Amino acid sequence: MSEHNHPYIPNSQKEIKQEMMREIGIKGIDELYADIPKKYSLKKPLNLPEALSEFEVKKHIETLLAKNKSSDNMPMFLGAGCWPHYIPAVVKEVIQRSEFLTAYTPYQPEISQGILQALFEYQSMICELASMEVANCSMYDWASALGEAARMAVRVTGRREILVPKIIHPERAAALQVYTEPAEIIIGQVAYEKKTGQISLNNLRDKISDKTAAVYIENPSYLGFIETQVDEISKEADNHDALFIVGIDPTSLGVLKPPGDYGADIVIGEAQPLGNAMNFGGPLLGIFACRDDMSLIRQTPGRIIGLTTTMDGSRQGFCMTLQTREQHIRREKATSNICSNEALCAVASAVYMALLGPQGIRELGETIAYNVNYAMHLLSEINGVKAPIFDSAHFKEFTVNFDQAELSVKEVHEKLLHNNIHGGKDISKEFPELGETALYCITEIHSKKEIERLAEVLAKIVSKR
Amino acid sequence: MCMFKQASWNQPVIFNMGKNGRRGHILPKVEEDIRNAIDLDSCIPKHMRRENLPKLPELSEVEVVRHFVRLSEMNYGVDSGLYPLGSCTMKYNPKINDMLASLPTIGMVHPYQDEGTVQGILEILYKLERWLAEITGTYEVCLHPAAGAHGEFLGTLLMLTYHKMNGESEKRREVIVPDSAHGTNPASATMAGFNVMVVPSDEDGCVDLEALKSVVSEKTAGLMLTNPNTLGIFEKNISEIAKIVHEIGGLLYYDGANLNPILGKARPGDMGFDIVHINIHKTFSTPHGGGGPGAGPVGVAKELAKFLPVPRIVLDSERYSLDYNRPHSIGKIRSFYGNIAVLLRAYAYILSLGFDGLKEVAEISVLNANYLMKKLKKIKGLTLPYNSKKPRKHECVFSAKLLKNDTGVSALNIAKRLLDYGVHAPTIYFPLIVEEALMIEPTESFEKEELDRFAEVMHEICEEAYRNPENVLNAPHNTAVSRLDEVKASHPKTMALSWRMYLKKNKQK
Ligand SMILES: Cc1ncc(COP(=O)(O)O)c(C=O)c1O
Repeated sequence: MSEHNHPYIPNSQKEIKQEMMREIGIKGIDELYADIPKKYSLKKPLNLPEALSEFEVKKHIETLLAKNKSSDNMPMFLGAGCWPHYIPAVVKEVIQRSEFLTAYTPYQPEISQGILQALFEYQSMICELASMEVANCSMYDWASALGEAARMAVRVTGRREILVPKIIHPERAAALQVYTEPAEIIIGQVAYEKKTGQISLNNLRDKISDKTAAVYIENPSYLGFIETQVDEISKEADNHDALFIVGIDPTSLGVLKPPGDYGADIVIGEAQPLGNAMNFGGPLLGIFACRDDMSLIRQTPGRIIGLTTTMDGSRQGFCMTLQTREQHIRREKATSNICSNEALCAVASAVYMALLGPQGIRELGETIAYNVNYAMHLLSEINGVKAPIFDSAHFKEFTVNFDQAELSVKEVHEKLLHNNIHGGKDISKEFPELGETALYCITEIHSKKEIERLAEVLAKIVSKR
Repeated sequence: MCMFKQASWNQPVIFNMGKNGRRGHILPKVEEDIRNAIDLDSCIPKHMRRENLPKLPELSEVEVVRHFVRLSEMNYGVDSGLYPLGSCTMKYNPKINDMLASLPTIGMVHPYQDEGTVQGILEILYKLERWLAEITGTYEVCLHPAAGAHGEFLGTLLMLTYHKMNGESEKRREVIVPDSAHGTNPASATMAGFNVMVVPSDEDGCVDLEALKSVVSEKTAGLMLTNPNTLGIFEKNISEIAKIVHEIGGLLYYDGANLNPILGKARPGDMGFDIVHINIHKTFSTPHGGGGPGAGPVGVAKELAKFLPVPRIVLDSERYSLDYNRPHSIGKIRSFYGNIAVLLRAYAYILSLGFDGLKEVAEISVLNANYLMKKLKKIKGLTLPYNSKKPRKHECVFSAKLLKNDTGVSALNIAKRLLDYGVHAPTIYFPLIVEEALMIEPTESFEKEELDRFAEVMHEICEEAYRNPENVLNAPHNTAVSRLDEVKASHPKTMALSWRMYLKKNKQK
C-alpha cells in the first residue's frame, strides 16, 4: 500500500490494524490466509494499472468517453431494442438517492419500505399500461424475459413448442434459443405476409396444434409496424389451449390497445425507454406480467412485491411475496435462477410513469406517431427510397429500403455519418429477403428540423449515386 | 444504548394521490407543420387504438419528488450505516463512479452505433475484460451477464457446450453442488438442463472429499463451488477437489460471490477453476440499487473461450471492434453487450485502487471479519459451528440455536432487533447447513468503531433475549413499520401483487 490510507478503507491505518490483530491474537494478517495452499498464493503483483487519485480517474475516464459520439452531438436514428428518449431530471434525482442506490434486495422489509413501495408502484403502473393484473419487479431485459416466458409456458401447459414470428429481433431470437434449448423446447417460426409484414394467419393455422405451449407476437413488431390481427391470433391460441405471449414497447401503450385487452396471458417487453438511459445497451429493464391466475402466478419467474399489512393489521406495508417459487427456498426446483435483477431501473420507470401520468403517456405515444409518420412521409417522397417497405401502420420505427437507388445500407450509412447523422440499423444481413434495408427509429426527442435534415441529406446521397 | 428511529411517513400508494388534470412532466410539442401534414387518426388502425387512458396517477412534479423522497427516507443503504449482509459484500459505493456513469457520453450512446463512434467505451470494456481476467486468473472474460445468477446460467451452458463438443453431453447430466451452496447454483444448473447432485460438508465446513469421490462419476458435468465458501471458510482441499473433478472429465465452476477476500491474494484460475463468475455489484463496489442492476461477467479457461457469447470485443491495430464471427459461440444470453453503466463503475474502482489497493481491500475485509468474529464469540447464546478455532475469510456464520432454545429468540428475531439500532441485519437462515444462521460480512468499508458498536449491539440484544425476550420477539419497533404479515401477502385470498389486483379483491369483500 502506498504511503497514505485509502479513502475507501478506514481500517487500513497501521495502528488500527495492529490493535485489531492483537484482539484476534495474530501477529500478521497473513496468518488469516494460512489455509490457502502456498502454491496458490500470489507471488508477484498482478498486471493491473497503478492506482490513481479521484481527479486522475475522472480525467482519464472523461477523456476516454469523450471519444464516443452521443445522441447529444449527432442526430441518431437508432432503436431496435434500445431507444433514445428524454429522461426528466426528477428521475435522475430519485435514483441517485443513496437510500435506494446503495441498498440491497429488500430482505428486511420493515427497514426497506421505500424501495418495496416504489417497486410495487412500478409493478402496478406496468399493469395499468399493459392491462394486466400481475407484474414482477423486473427481468434482466426483454430477451431474457422472452426466454423465461417460453420456459414458463412449457411448465404451465406441459407442452414443448413455442411459435414465434419470423420477424423478431435476431438478438432476442438468439437468446430465446439459448434459454430454451436445454429444456428441449422447440421453437417454430410463423411466416409473415410479404406485403404487410403481418403474421400470416394461414401459416399460423398450419403450425399451431395441441403441442403448442404458446404463441408469441411482438407489438409493435421488431420492424416497427403495428400487428393488427391480434384478435385472430389470440383466438387461434385460445382454440388450441395455448398461452398467448405478447412483447411490447411500453411507450406505445398510450395510443395502442394494451395486450391485456386482446387476450394476452403473459406480457413481456423492454421498459428501458421509460426513464432509463441507453448506456450503450445496458442495464435494460425486462417487463414480465401475467393475468391473475394462480396457475400462471405460481410459475412466474423473479421477485414480486405485494401489498400487505403489519402483523397487528394497523398499517399498510409491502414485502416480497411468493418466495417459495424462488431459488433461495426452492433451489433446483425454482421457477428461475434470477436473484439480483434491475430494481433501480424499475424505480426509474416508476418515477417516469408517475411524472407522465395518463395524459403524458398518451402525448408521448402521439408525438412519436406524428414524428414517425412525418419522417416516413418525407423519406418516401425521395426517388429511389422506399419507406416503409411494409404496407402497414407503424409506431416508433420503420424500414427504409435503398434497392431502387442501387445503394447499399452501408454506403448510405457512411455518407450520412460524414454529414454527422447516424442512420438506422442495417438489417440487410438479418433479413436478406428484404434487400438493402435499414431500421430507423424516431421518438419525441427528434425535432422537425432533424427529421427534415435527414430527408434532405438522404435525398442528396441517393441522387448523387 | 442509543437507538435509531427511521422516518415513518404514512405515504399512500401513489394511485391514491394527486388530482385529475395535474401534470408532472410536459413533453415537447408536436410542431405545427407536422400536425398539419399528418392525420394521426389514419395512422393507427381504429381497432388497435387505446380507448381509455391507462389509470396512471395524476400528480404535479412537486408531488412526485416529495413522494419518492419520502419513500427513500424509509429505506436503508450502505450510506446509512453498517450493512453486514453476509454473501452480499455490502461495501462502500464510491460516488465518483456514479458521477462518471451518469455522463451523457455514456448515457446517450446507442449500442448499434458505428464502431468508429464508440471507441472510448469499447476501450474501457476491453481493458476491463483484461483486468478481470488477470484478477481471476482466467483466459478470457465475457461481460454480458446482468448478474451473478445470469453468469451461472452462462457458465453451466458453457459446461453443456463443452461436453457436447466432446460428444459427451448425453452422458454428463449431473452438476454437483455442496450443501452449503447458494440457491442460485442448483437453480442455474437446472436451467441449463442438468440434474443437481448435492455433496455434504465435513466437520471443517468444507466439501467432504470422500463424499465427493462417491458422487462423481462419468455422469459428472462439473462441480460448482464458492471459495471461500458460504461459511467464510477457504476450501483448503481445493487442489484435491480440482483433481477429482478433472480426472473424471468434469469442469470446475467458481461462484465469485466471495471473491473479495482473495483479491490480489490468490486466483480461482490458478486453483483449477475452468469457469468463474464475478459479482461486480459485490466485489467491485457498484451500488446494488435495492436489487440491481448488477453485472456478472464470466471468465473462462482457454479451451472454453471459443464458446463465449457474441460479440467479443477485439483490438486490431489500435481500433476496437465487435466480432460476431465466432462459429463455436453459444449465441446470446441477452441483448447487446452487458450492463455497461455498471461495468464502467467497476473500471473506475479498479483504477482507484490498483493492485495494492485491491489486495488491501481483501486483507482488511478478512481482518474486519475475524475481529468481529472474535468479539461475537464471547456472546452468550451464539455459537460458531464448524471448527470455531479456524480463522474465517470475509465472513463468519454464527448460530443462534442455543439462544433460541434458551429464550425463544431466533435468528430472525435478532435480525429484526438489530434494525432498531440502525444496523442492517446479517443474512439469516443461509447457508442451510447452519441452524438459526446469522451470516455476517462486515467488508473492508466499515471502521473499527462501527464494528465495535455492532458487537456491542449484538451483545445487548442477546442479553435482552435472556432478560426480556418479549421485546426482542416483537421487534422491530423503530423502523418505518413493525413486523409485516408475510403470510397474508402470499395467500391467494389476500395476495395483492398490483394496485389493480388490490382494488379487485377489496371490491369483492
Ligand atoms: C454465494 C452467492 N452466489 C450467487 C449469488 C447470486 O448473485 P446475483 O444476485 O448477482 O444473481 C449470490 C447473491 O445473492 C450469492 O451470495
